[in-house]
Amino acid sequence: MFDFSVVSSWIHQFLTSVMPEGLAIFLECLVVGVCILAAYAVIAMILIYMERKICAWFQCRIGPDRVGKFGLLQLFADVIKMLIKEIVELKNTDKFLHALAPYIVILSSILAFACLPINKGMEILDFNIGVVFLVAVSSLGVIGILLAGWSSNSKYTMIGAMRSGAQIISYELSIGMCLLAVAIFTGTLQFSEIVAFQADGWLIFKGHIPAVIAFIVYLIAGNAETNRGPFDMPEAESELTAGYHTEYSGMHFGFFYLSEYLNMFIIAGVAATIFLGGWMPLHIPGLEGFNAIMDYIPGFVWFFGKAFFVVFLLMWMRWTFVRLRIDQLLKFEWKILLPIGLFNLVLMILVVVFKLHF
Amino acid sequence: MNFILLITAVLTAFALVFAAYWIAKLLSPRSYNPQKGEVYECGIPTRGKSWMQFRVGYYLFAVLFLIFDVETVFLFPWAVVVRDLGVDAIISVLFFFIVLIGGLAYAWKKGALTWD
Repeated sequence: MFDFSVVSSWIHQFLTSVMPEGLAIFLECLVVGVCILAAYAVIAMILIYMERKICAWFQCRIGPDRVGKFGLLQLFADVIKMLIKEIVELKNTDKFLHALAPYIVILSSILAFACLPINKGMEILDFNIGVVFLVAVSSLGVIGILLAGWSSNSKYTMIGAMRSGAQIISYELSIGMCLLAVAIFTGTLQFSEIVAFQADGWLIFKGHIPAVIAFIVYLIAGNAETNRGPFDMPEAESELTAGYHTEYSGMHFGFFYLSEYLNMFIIAGVAATIFLGGWMPLHIPGLEGFNAIMDYIPGFVWFFGKAFFVVFLLMWMRWTFVRLRIDQLLKFEWKILLPIGLFNLVLMILVVVFKLHF
Repeated sequence: MNFILLITAVLTAFALVFAAYWIAKLLSPRSYNPQKGEVYECGIPTRGKSWMQFRVGYYLFAVLFLIFDVETVFLFPWAVVVRDLGVDAIISVLFFFIVLIGGLAYAWKKGALTWD
């Protein structure tokens, strides 16, 4: 498997040989920042195009096909449209908080995005408390959403923000339970080690029944966490116009749009990392030739393949089920998913302690 | 190095929002209209304040969330070592779990989880 840290350490050595170390580190950080931005923008554009096409297929439509071949230039058209729309200044808003909200939302999703291990040695933020860090930064986003709803001084945004807050914090518990189950099984919180743990089999195959339950619960809760699918209560467009971002226009709205799609990718990426083996290739014990061929496929291809597969599952869920009511939504979390999560945790402890796994 | 990268990521996020916002500001047209500054309320003027009281139910869920979220924070360090501790780990955390599940059952029985 190709180790990307060879490249990064080569760049570091090259830069330190021609300039002082402080400047070298500064330049590297600049490169990392540009890479994060580029990946963030490209993935968001791909996801928006993918969602439009997949949604169209699910509804027996063709989807965007006017701009460019297969509507591929639609991506750029969307971005340009977003950029050249007027940003409307409202009269009665809390100006500071109104401007601050997009910063918090984007900050939370970029920090979570930087945690994903894309290839061997290609993780940007790889803390030894990675899982806790991820949970912490992704729950920062809810503050941005509440601020956006509150500061707009409109009833639609207010209701949207309250619903969104209740929903996101509730479903975060289930996500925490699933990550906890994984942490118990792997015995580490660092993403690179979690991936390395799955070298001889992905967690979903290795982890017995509790891992499968955790995966399913994680997908459901993840869909709710990103305010999508059957759980799009906060922005139920037929009742609340656009929920918490009703009063945002142009690029200001674009930030919420961007972070919504990226959050979906983060949910999918984390699912791919902790359940489907991250950048680990598919290995079937006993088939040496097959395993050797699989090793030739680079790690980031595996990672993005798995992540986009999970994204497809999430989109499938979104376009298949009908929207829930707020009481059903909270009931579903607190009376069904959370008890299942707790039970699954106990099951996972038993599996690990009595070594019932493969 | 990790913390330098963390700061880089934070600054990147701020730079993205700041730059995109100002690019949009420079590119986009601007026109003034007194109606434009009003909040959106289906075309009719806003009645009453929007910063008002809201359901207490949201607070209840927030408090319950707090309990369980702090619980996950307590459980994470334990989760890392459960493999080495073995059966002792189960016994030591069993009481913690019983209290938690008891708390959830109590909230359930009291009707805090019902939205009516």
